[in-house]
Parts: sequence; C-alpha cells; structure tokens
Amino acid sequence: MNTLRLLLLFFRIGVMNEVQYRANFWIHLLRSTMELGFALFSVFIVFRQTDDLNGWQPGEMVVLMGVWMLMSGMVGVVVQPSMEKLIEGVRDGTLDFTLTKPEEAQVLVSISYVRVWRLVDVVLGGLTIVGAMLWMDRVTGWPEVLSFALSLAAGSVILYSFWLMLSTVSFWFVRIENILMIFHSMYDAARWPVTIYPRWMQAVLTFVVPVAFAVTVPAGALVGRLSSEWLVGTVVLAAALLAASRWFWKTGVRHYSGASA
Amino acid sequence: MIRSFGDIYRTLFGLELSVMFQYRAAVVIWLLGLVLWPVIHMIVWLTVAESKGGSVGDYDAGAIAAYFLAIMVVNHVTFTWHMYEMGWRVRSGFFNSILVQPLHPWHRDVLQNAAYKFLTLAVMLPVTGLLACHFKPTLDPPLWSALVFAPALLLAFLARFFFEWAVALLAFWITDTSGLNELYMGFVMILTGSLAPLDWMPGVVQSIAAWSPFPWMVSFPVELLLGRLTPDEAFHGFTMQAVWIAVGFGVIQLVWRRAAARYSAVGA
Repeated sequence: MNTLRLLLLFFRIGVMNEVQYRANFWIHLLRSTMELGFALFSVFIVFRQTDDLNGWQPGEMVVLMGVWMLMSGMVGVVVQPSMEKLIEGVRDGTLDFTLTKPEEAQVLVSISYVRVWRLVDVVLGGLTIVGAMLWMDRVTGWPEVLSFALSLAAGSVILYSFWLMLSTVSFWFVRIENILMIFHSMYDAARWPVTIYPRWMQAVLTFVVPVAFAVTVPAGALVGRLSSEWLVGTVVLAAALLAASRWFWKTGVRHYSGASA
Repeated sequence: MIRSFGDIYRTLFGLELSVMFQYRAAVVIWLLGLVLWPVIHMIVWLTVAESKGGSVGDYDAGAIAAYFLAIMVVNHVTFTWHMYEMGWRVRSGFFNSILVQPLHPWHRDVLQNAAYKFLTLAVMLPVTGLLACHFKPTLDPPLWSALVFAPALLLAFLARFFFEWAVALLAFWITDTSGLNELYMGFVMILTGSLAPLDWMPGVVQSIAAWSPFPWMVSFPVELLLGRLTPDEAFHGFTMQAVWIAVGFGVIQLVWRRAAARYSAVGA
C-alpha cells in the first residue's frame, strides 16, 4: 500500500513536471503514431507476400505489434526513466539522498521518475490491440483475457527485473549508458514472434535479454495460441527474476561508496 | 605555413581515429543495432520464403540471405550520424570551436565518419563472415557488376553523406530535430530497401523511391553486388548517384553560410 501511495505521489510530481511542456505531448503523439505507422507498414509488406508467418495470421501480427507498443509504453512510463536516473545517481552521487530516506530504497529508485507522455504509447498500443481483435472478428473468452492480463503483468515484472539488474551493474562499472543501447536494439527483435528466430537467438532473447516473454507470450495468450505450460513458465520466471534482481540490488548497494563523498 | 590538403586530411584522420579508439567499447556496442536490424529482417523474410515453399518473388533462401547481408555491409559503410550530432552542436554551443577552424566543417565530419568505419570494419568483417557461415548466402554476380560495386559503394557513401549533412543543417532553424530524425529514419528503412527489396513494395512506394535519393544510397550497390541489374540499369543508378551528390553538395554550399550566420552560439 505504501508503495502504491509513493507511486501516486511520484506520478503527480511527474504530471506537474510535464504539463509545463504541453507541446511535448503533441510531439510525442506524433512520434508514437509514426512509429506505429512504420510498424504496421512492415506487417503489411510481409503479408503482401504470404498469409501466414510461422503460424501467425495478419490480424494476430497486428495484435503482437500492439502488445510491443503497449509494453514499451508501460516500461517507458516509470521503469526506464527511473533506472536511467538511478544510473546517473550512481555516477554523480545523488543516490546518497535516496539511500538516506526512510523508505525502502529499491522502491524509491524504481519509481523516482515518471515520464507521463509515454502513456500515449500504452493507449496507442491498447487501441491497436482492440482494433485488430475487432477486425479479426474473433470472440475472446475470459480465459484468454485473463491469461493475457497475467502474462502482461509477468512480462512487465521480467522487464523491470532485467532493467534493475542492468542498472545495478553501474555500482561496479560506472559508465554503462551504452549497455542500455543493447537492450534497445534487442527489444526491436521482439516486434516479431520469437519462434521465427533460430534456436541460438531464441535462447539469447529468452535468457540473456528476456524480451521474448514480454511481448510474444502476452500476444500469444490473447490470440489463443499459448499453452498453459508457457503461461506457468512465464510467471515462474518473473518470480525468479524478481527475487534475483532483489538480491543483486542489495549486493550492489553494499558495494556503493557514494561519488560525492 | 599552408600545407597541402592531403596533409590536413591525413592529420585529421589520424586524430579522429585516436578519438574513436578512446571510445572503442561504445563504438562496438553501436554496431549491435546495425547488425541486428538486417538480421531480423532477413529472418522474417526467410520465414516468409519457407511458408511459400522456398522463395519470395525471384529470391530463394540463399538470395534473401545474400541480400540482407549485403544490406548490412552497405548500410554500415554509408550510414551517418551527423543529423543527430548537428542538433547537439547547435544547442550546446559546441559549434563555436568548429567555426573558428579554417576548414569547412564537412571535411572534418567526412574524416570522422571514415575513421569510425575504418575502426569498426575490424568487427564488421568477421561478424559478416560468421553470419554468412550460418545463413549460407548465394552470391554469383557477373564479373562487370562485381567490379563496379566498389565505385558504386563509394558514390553511395558520398550521396548519403552530403544529403544527410544538408538535411542536418535544419538544426540551425529547428531547435529539436529528434522527431524529424525519427521520421527520416523511417523513410530510410523503407526506401533504401532495408525492410525488404524494393521490388516487393507496392507500385506507389516504388515510384516514390525511384525519385528519392534513398535507393541510390543502399539498395543500388546491393543489387549490383547480387548481379540483379542490367548494364542500362547500372548506368541509370550511377547517374542518379551523381545527381544526388550534386544536389546534396549544392544545398550545403547554398545554405551553409546562412546557417552559420543564424548561429547564435548558445552557452558562449
């Protein structure tokens, strides 16, 4: 509950910060629409040549692109900006102030910065998913919706844990902004169903940079092509990564000596 | 004492090379995106080919692999980042130190670009080799088109460099060009043939591409290397490259003075 209260507080600060720059909303809307447009165009080009990409129908691929956008928005609102701030804080020593606050430090660093306009991506992604489902005229039952919601939550926990571990590395290696580039490049691979990639790449996308679970699995759940083992596996992995990242974070904090001191 | 242009070029190239070498880890990490994009697209199209019984259009699996590996190499050789850098230089006031140098800034940028490519080729070539072992491209161009590939690649680099440098000058009028850059990159992805060979695009897109500078920056040398062009088409391609180099260079000559005059040296 306390976490939720803090999150709402930071969210309010984020909103107050961003409404000073209202033009940014339009710029962001334009950029996200463009990005979605290009993504849909690539789906269109592929399905001009075939009507089945490794078992995925055109409408289902649009759902996947929607989930991709939704997920990048969800991570982009809180997790990514907060983690970028954390990395900066380790470098310039401002993390000292966070650590001395009488709240759990992991919670504070995880929600310390909210980029409100990224909600646009969440909305656009959501609309894309709904639009594609209506277009396919597919009846979705509660089981699909539930397993979608569950795998979406598990997927965002996986991405959060991954980001936290990546940022924690900065306690040892201060200059890691470039490592974040790796994540961005890899996340682009998740625009397509992971099953199309060769085995070794699937392994990388699953275990090294776990973007596979974040997009393909929820999209698969929604279009009803997800076995229950996969759903369970995703949830288990999310729990395991959350625990691992928690442990890694604690180890990292013990290592932190403060740049300003 | 005024030294020859060759001396200046050699000195600056060495300088830029040692600067790049300082950032070697970052330099290698940037490469990841350049490698990953074409590989992702290659795999998508190989999957499509598989679903259609082995080929898309007149490309079989080997040709698809060859196409996207060639895209990867040509895109690596020709790509520039000056559109991103120019905005930063204008905003931060870094341009001050460039403007006082007695040399048009594009010379320095061309050398910086060449230094980056020179350094990263040491990674790019083995990576291409490894990917080739894995994806088994088939490459069998006629001798003439393999021979003219090298000049086509050089002209493609110049065409892209001058065009993007000219576009980058917009940063002097528009403070935040990041949205514009993203739009530009989207068109680059589609119209240079990086998403798919232009033959597979709808007719409208193909005609837009033909009149744009983009195919001549990447897909023209690639198709030359794959031996997919007739001598007439190759000649047309070289002509278009020359035209776009002239356009880009001309715009830079016309606009540069006005751009520099507008510059107000923020932060100075």
